[in-house]
Amino acid sequence: MSATRLLFSEVQPEQALPPLTVEVTTTLVVLGALASRDWRPMHHDRDFAVQRNGVRDVFMNTPNQAAWFERYITDWTGPTGRIGRMKFRMKDSIFPGDSMVLSGRVVARTLDAQQCGWLDLRLCIHAGARLATECEARVALPLDTEDNPWRRRGESWQP
Amino acid sequence: MTETLPDAVAALIGQPQYQEQTEFPIESGYIYTTCASTQNGNPLFWDAQTAQALTGGPIAPPTMLSVWFRPHYWSPGAEGERTPLRTHFELKRLLELPEAVITDNEVVFGAPVRPGDTLHTRQVIRSISVPKTTKLGRGRFWVIDVEYTNQHGEFVGTDTYTAFGYVRGGEQ
Repeated sequence: MSATRLLFSEVQPEQALPPLTVEVTTTLVVLGALASRDWRPMHHDRDFAVQRNGVRDVFMNTPNQAAWFERYITDWTGPTGRIGRMKFRMKDSIFPGDSMVLSGRVVARTLDAQQCGWLDLRLCIHAGARLATECEARVALPLDTEDNPWRRRGESWQP
Repeated sequence: MTETLPDAVAALIGQPQYQEQTEFPIESGYIYTTCASTQNGNPLFWDAQTAQALTGGPIAPPTMLSVWFRPHYWSPGAEGERTPLRTHFELKRLLELPEAVITDNEVVFGAPVRPGDTLHTRQVIRSISVPKTTKLGRGRFWVIDVEYTNQHGEFVGTDTYTAFGYVRGGEQ
Protein backbone atom coordinates (compact mmCIF):
# COMPACT_ATOMS: atom_id res chain seq x y z
CA MET A 1 0.00 0.00 0.00
CA SER A 2 1.60 3.29 -1.05
CA ALA A 3 0.71 6.80 0.03
CA THR A 4 1.91 10.37 -0.19
CA ARG A 5 4.64 11.23 2.31
CA LEU A 6 4.80 15.01 2.47
CA LEU A 7 8.09 16.48 3.65
CA PHE A 8 8.49 19.60 5.79
CA SER A 9 10.54 21.29 3.07
CA GLU A 10 7.74 20.82 0.53
CA VAL A 11 5.30 23.07 2.42
CA GLN A 12 5.15 26.86 2.42
CA PRO A 13 3.36 29.22 4.84
CA GLU A 14 -0.09 30.25 3.59
CA GLN A 15 -0.23 27.15 1.40
CA ALA A 16 -3.81 25.93 1.04
CA LEU A 17 -4.83 22.34 1.62
CA PRO A 18 -7.00 20.87 -1.11
CA PRO A 19 -10.67 21.03 -0.04
CA LEU A 20 -12.62 17.88 0.72
CA THR A 21 -16.37 17.69 0.07
CA VAL A 22 -18.55 15.08 1.73
CA GLU A 23 -22.28 14.65 1.29
CA VAL A 24 -23.64 14.05 4.79
CA THR A 25 -26.25 11.34 5.26
CA THR A 26 -28.11 10.11 8.34
CA THR A 27 -26.09 6.91 8.13
CA LEU A 28 -22.84 8.88 8.22
CA VAL A 29 -23.97 10.85 11.30
CA VAL A 30 -25.14 7.74 13.16
CA LEU A 31 -22.09 5.70 12.15
CA GLY A 32 -19.79 8.44 13.40
CA ALA A 33 -21.61 8.72 16.72
CA LEU A 34 -21.57 4.99 17.36
CA ALA A 35 -17.93 4.65 16.26
CA SER A 36 -17.07 7.23 18.92
CA ARG A 37 -19.27 5.49 21.52
CA ASP A 38 -21.53 8.52 21.76
CA TRP A 39 -24.98 7.16 22.58
CA ARG A 40 -26.70 10.51 23.12
CA PRO A 41 -30.01 10.53 21.22
CA MET A 42 -29.51 13.79 19.32
CA HIS A 43 -27.01 11.93 17.16
CA HIS A 44 -29.32 9.08 16.12
CA ASP A 45 -32.95 9.97 17.03
CA ARG A 46 -34.44 12.62 14.76
CA ASP A 47 -37.55 13.15 16.93
CA PHE A 48 -35.38 13.81 19.97
CA ALA A 49 -33.12 16.21 18.03
CA VAL A 50 -36.10 18.17 16.70
CA GLN A 51 -38.26 18.22 19.83
CA ARG A 52 -35.63 18.51 22.57
CA ASN A 53 -32.74 20.28 20.88
CA GLY A 54 -34.88 22.40 18.59
CA VAL A 55 -32.79 21.63 15.52
CA ARG A 56 -33.89 20.30 12.16
CA ASP A 57 -32.40 16.79 12.36
CA VAL A 58 -29.76 14.60 14.00
CA PHE A 59 -26.34 16.22 13.81
CA MET A 60 -22.70 15.17 13.68
CA ASN A 61 -21.03 14.82 17.09
CA THR A 62 -17.78 16.54 18.07
CA PRO A 63 -15.50 13.46 18.35
CA ASN A 64 -16.48 12.39 14.84
CA GLN A 65 -15.70 15.86 13.52
CA ALA A 66 -12.26 15.49 15.14
CA ALA A 67 -11.86 12.22 13.25
CA TRP A 68 -12.86 13.96 10.01
CA PHE A 69 -10.23 16.67 10.61
CA GLU A 70 -7.63 13.97 11.26
CA ARG A 71 -8.53 12.20 8.03
CA TYR A 72 -8.41 15.53 6.16
CA ILE A 73 -4.94 16.38 7.49
CA THR A 74 -3.40 12.95 6.92
CA ASP A 75 -4.92 12.60 3.46
CA TRP A 76 -2.68 15.57 2.66
CA THR A 77 0.44 14.67 4.67
CA GLY A 78 0.36 10.91 4.26
CA PRO A 79 0.98 8.47 7.13
CA THR A 80 4.22 10.11 8.30
CA GLY A 81 2.29 13.24 9.31
CA ARG A 82 1.79 13.05 13.08
CA ILE A 83 -0.81 15.28 14.71
CA GLY A 84 0.35 16.83 17.98
CA ARG A 85 -2.46 19.16 18.93
CA MET A 86 -5.98 20.11 17.88
CA LYS A 87 -8.33 22.80 19.10
CA PHE A 88 -11.98 23.17 18.09
CA ARG A 89 -14.66 25.74 18.25
CA MET A 90 -18.17 24.68 17.32
CA LYS A 91 -20.19 27.35 15.53
CA ASP A 92 -23.10 25.50 13.98
CA SER A 93 -24.36 21.96 13.45
CA ILE A 94 -23.81 19.59 10.55
CA PHE A 95 -26.96 17.78 9.42
CA PRO A 96 -27.92 15.04 6.95
CA GLY A 97 -28.39 16.65 3.56
CA ASP A 98 -25.57 19.13 4.13
CA SER A 99 -22.65 19.28 1.78
CA MET A 100 -19.76 19.31 4.25
CA VAL A 101 -16.61 21.02 2.96
CA LEU A 102 -13.32 20.80 4.86
CA SER A 103 -10.72 23.39 3.97
CA GLY A 104 -7.57 24.84 5.48
CA ARG A 105 -4.24 26.53 5.12
CA VAL A 106 -0.79 26.54 6.66
CA VAL A 107 -0.35 29.50 9.01
CA ALA A 108 3.14 28.73 10.34
CA ARG A 109 6.07 26.42 9.64
CA THR A 110 8.60 26.05 12.48
CA LEU A 111 11.43 23.85 13.68
CA ASP A 112 11.47 23.29 17.44
CA ALA A 113 14.47 22.87 19.75
CA GLN A 114 14.24 19.09 19.27
CA GLN A 115 14.59 19.56 15.48
CA CYS A 116 11.01 18.50 14.91
CA GLY A 117 9.33 20.18 11.92
CA TRP A 118 5.89 21.56 12.76
CA LEU A 119 3.09 23.02 10.70
CA ASP A 120 0.35 25.09 12.29
CA LEU A 121 -2.86 24.70 10.33
CA ARG A 122 -6.09 26.65 10.40
CA LEU A 123 -8.96 24.49 9.25
CA CYS A 124 -12.71 24.72 9.06
CA ILE A 125 -15.81 22.81 8.12
CA HIS A 126 -18.57 24.53 6.20
CA ALA A 127 -22.01 22.95 6.00
CA GLY A 128 -23.27 24.53 2.80
CA ALA A 129 -22.76 28.28 3.31
CA ARG A 130 -22.64 27.98 7.11
CA LEU A 131 -19.36 27.91 9.04
CA ALA A 132 -19.88 24.89 11.29
CA THR A 133 -16.54 24.27 12.99
CA GLU A 134 -13.16 25.95 13.27
CA CYS A 135 -10.04 23.99 14.11
CA GLU A 136 -6.42 24.84 14.79
CA ALA A 137 -4.08 21.89 14.41
CA ARG A 138 -0.37 21.28 14.78
CA VAL A 139 1.15 18.48 12.75
CA ALA A 140 4.73 17.23 12.57
CA LEU A 141 6.22 16.31 9.21
CA PRO A 142 9.46 14.49 8.40
CA LEU A 143 12.39 16.75 7.60
CA ASP A 144 13.69 14.30 4.99
CA THR A 145 13.04 10.77 3.78
CA GLU A 146 14.99 9.31 6.75
CA ASP A 147 13.07 11.27 9.40
CA ASN A 148 9.90 9.92 11.02
CA PRO A 149 7.96 11.96 13.62
CA TRP A 150 6.38 8.77 14.97
CA ARG A 151 9.76 7.70 16.36
CA ARG A 152 9.78 10.66 18.73
CA ARG A 153 9.19 9.87 22.40
CA GLY A 154 9.36 11.74 25.70
CA GLU A 155 11.34 14.96 25.51
CA SER A 156 11.79 14.75 21.74
CA TRP A 157 7.99 15.05 21.26
CA GLN A 158 6.80 18.51 22.31
CA PRO A 159 3.44 19.15 20.66
CA MET B 1 -26.85 30.53 41.17
CA THR B 2 -24.75 31.88 44.02
CA GLU B 3 -22.58 34.91 43.21
CA THR B 4 -19.77 33.72 45.50
CA LEU B 5 -17.94 30.56 44.58
CA PRO B 6 -18.64 28.05 47.37
CA ASP B 7 -15.52 27.05 49.33
CA ALA B 8 -16.21 23.37 48.69
CA VAL B 9 -16.12 24.01 44.94
CA ALA B 10 -13.06 26.27 45.08
CA ALA B 11 -11.26 23.49 46.96
CA LEU B 12 -11.74 21.16 43.98
CA ILE B 13 -9.63 23.35 41.66
CA GLY B 14 -6.36 21.59 40.87
CA GLN B 15 -7.38 18.36 42.60
CA PRO B 16 -7.31 15.16 40.49
CA GLN B 17 -10.72 13.48 40.47
CA TYR B 18 -12.44 10.49 38.87
CA GLN B 19 -9.34 8.40 38.31
CA GLU B 20 -10.43 5.56 36.04
CA GLN B 21 -9.13 3.03 33.59
CA THR B 22 -10.59 1.88 30.31
CA GLU B 23 -13.46 -0.61 30.62
CA PHE B 24 -11.87 -2.82 27.95
CA PRO B 25 -8.46 -3.05 26.27
CA ILE B 26 -8.05 -0.80 23.23
CA GLU B 27 -9.42 -2.81 20.32
CA SER B 28 -9.26 -2.82 16.55
CA GLY B 29 -13.01 -2.98 15.92
CA TYR B 30 -13.61 0.59 16.97
CA ILE B 31 -10.52 1.71 15.06
CA TYR B 32 -11.86 0.21 11.82
CA THR B 33 -15.37 1.59 12.48
CA THR B 34 -13.97 5.07 13.09
CA CYS B 35 -11.91 4.90 9.90
CA ALA B 36 -14.99 3.65 8.02
CA SER B 37 -17.12 6.48 9.42
CA THR B 38 -14.68 9.04 8.00
CA GLN B 39 -13.58 7.07 4.95
CA ASN B 40 -10.03 7.31 6.31
CA GLY B 41 -7.71 5.20 4.17
CA ASN B 42 -4.52 6.06 6.08
CA PRO B 43 -2.42 2.87 5.65
CA LEU B 44 -1.25 3.15 9.27
CA PHE B 45 -4.66 1.78 10.26
CA TRP B 46 -5.21 -0.73 7.44
CA ASP B 47 -1.81 -2.07 6.44
CA ALA B 48 0.22 -4.03 8.99
CA GLN B 49 3.52 -3.57 7.12
CA THR B 50 3.16 0.22 7.00
CA ALA B 51 2.19 0.32 10.68
CA GLN B 52 5.18 -1.83 11.59
CA ALA B 53 7.58 0.29 9.56
CA LEU B 54 6.37 3.69 10.76
CA THR B 55 4.91 3.23 14.23
CA GLY B 56 6.34 -0.09 15.37
CA GLY B 57 2.97 -1.84 15.02
CA PRO B 58 -0.72 -0.96 14.87
CA ILE B 59 -1.97 2.21 16.51
CA ALA B 60 -5.33 3.92 16.95
CA PRO B 61 -6.11 7.26 15.27
CA PRO B 62 -4.95 9.87 17.81
CA THR B 63 -8.29 11.70 17.72
CA MET B 64 -9.95 8.60 19.22
CA LEU B 65 -8.46 9.42 22.63
CA SER B 66 -11.71 10.34 24.34
CA VAL B 67 -13.56 7.43 22.70
CA TRP B 68 -11.91 4.90 24.99
CA PHE B 69 -13.41 6.43 28.13
CA ARG B 70 -17.02 6.74 27.07
CA PRO B 71 -18.95 4.27 29.23
CA HIS B 72 -21.05 1.44 27.87
CA TYR B 73 -24.67 2.49 27.37
CA TRP B 74 -25.61 -0.25 29.81
CA SER B 75 -23.68 -2.62 32.03
CA PRO B 76 -24.71 -5.01 34.82
CA GLY B 77 -25.40 -3.22 38.08
CA ALA B 78 -25.13 0.28 36.65
CA GLU B 79 -28.03 2.59 37.41
CA GLY B 80 -29.11 5.77 35.67
CA GLU B 81 -27.48 7.51 32.76
CA ARG B 82 -23.73 6.93 32.58
CA THR B 83 -21.91 10.04 31.40
CA PRO B 84 -18.30 10.84 30.50
CA LEU B 85 -16.64 14.00 31.86
CA ARG B 86 -18.25 13.56 35.27
CA THR B 87 -16.49 16.62 36.70
CA HIS B 88 -18.44 18.79 34.27
CA PHE B 89 -21.79 17.38 35.40
CA GLU B 90 -20.73 17.61 39.05
CA LEU B 91 -19.92 21.32 38.61
CA LYS B 92 -23.34 21.92 37.06
CA ARG B 93 -24.91 20.31 40.11
CA LEU B 94 -22.72 22.00 42.73
CA LEU B 95 -23.06 25.44 41.16
CA GLU B 96 -26.81 25.01 40.50
CA LEU B 97 -26.38 25.71 36.80
CA PRO B 98 -28.86 23.46 34.96
CA GLU B 99 -27.62 24.17 31.42
CA ALA B 100 -24.13 23.96 30.00
CA VAL B 101 -22.37 24.05 26.65
CA ILE B 102 -18.82 23.08 25.74
CA THR B 103 -17.36 26.14 24.02
CA ASP B 104 -13.82 24.94 23.29
CA ASN B 105 -12.00 21.64 23.20
CA GLU B 106 -8.23 21.30 22.84
CA VAL B 107 -6.43 17.96 22.66
CA VAL B 108 -2.70 17.33 22.94
CA PHE B 109 -1.49 13.95 21.72
CA GLY B 110 1.42 12.09 23.32
CA ALA B 111 2.53 8.48 22.84
CA PRO B 112 0.40 6.55 20.33
CA VAL B 113 -2.43 4.39 21.69
CA ARG B 114 -2.16 0.76 20.57
CA PRO B 115 -4.59 -2.18 20.45
CA GLY B 116 -4.31 -4.06 23.74
CA ASP B 117 -3.37 -0.97 25.77
CA THR B 118 -5.10 -0.14 29.03
CA LEU B 119 -5.42 3.58 29.54
CA HIS B 120 -5.80 5.53 32.75
CA THR B 121 -7.40 8.92 33.18
CA ARG B 122 -8.07 11.60 35.75
CA GLN B 123 -9.94 14.89 35.59
CA VAL B 124 -8.64 18.18 36.99
CA ILE B 125 -10.56 21.46 37.24
CA ARG B 126 -8.12 24.17 36.15
CA SER B 127 -10.28 27.26 36.66
CA ILE B 128 -13.79 28.55 37.36
CA SER B 129 -14.66 32.08 36.32
CA VAL B 130 -16.51 34.77 38.19
CA PRO B 131 -20.22 34.96 37.21
CA LYS B 132 -20.76 36.23 33.68
CA THR B 133 -23.80 37.02 31.57
CA THR B 134 -23.90 35.92 27.93
CA LYS B 135 -26.61 35.57 25.30
CA LEU B 136 -27.38 32.13 26.75
CA GLY B 137 -27.82 33.23 30.33
CA ARG B 138 -25.95 33.96 33.56
CA GLY B 139 -23.38 31.50 34.79
CA ARG B 140 -19.71 30.63 34.93
CA PHE B 141 -17.03 29.37 32.57
CA TRP B 142 -14.85 26.50 33.74
CA VAL B 143 -11.85 24.65 32.32
CA ILE B 144 -11.34 20.92 32.90
CA ASP B 145 -8.27 18.90 31.89
CA VAL B 146 -8.73 15.19 31.26
CA GLU B 147 -5.29 13.59 31.44
CA TYR B 148 -4.52 10.21 29.90
CA THR B 149 -1.64 7.78 30.47
CA ASN B 150 -1.07 4.20 29.32
CA GLN B 151 -0.23 1.06 31.29
CA HIS B 152 3.48 2.02 31.16
CA GLY B 153 2.78 5.40 32.75
CA GLU B 154 3.53 7.21 29.48
CA PHE B 155 1.65 10.41 28.72
CA VAL B 156 -0.77 9.73 25.86
CA GLY B 157 -2.71 12.97 25.88
CA THR B 158 -4.69 15.73 27.53
CA ASP B 159 -8.18 16.79 26.58
CA THR B 160 -9.02 20.31 27.76
CA TYR B 161 -12.66 21.40 27.81
CA THR B 162 -13.90 24.93 28.33
CA ALA B 163 -17.58 25.01 29.27
CA PHE B 164 -20.15 27.62 30.17
CA GLY B 165 -22.69 26.50 32.77
CA TYR B 166 -25.68 28.81 33.05
CA VAL B 167 -29.22 29.60 34.05
CA ARG B 168 -31.29 30.59 31.02
CA GLY B 169 -32.12 34.25 30.43
CA GLY B 170 -29.55 36.20 28.49
CA GLU B 171 -28.39 39.69 27.76
CA GLN B 172 -31.09 42.10 26.75
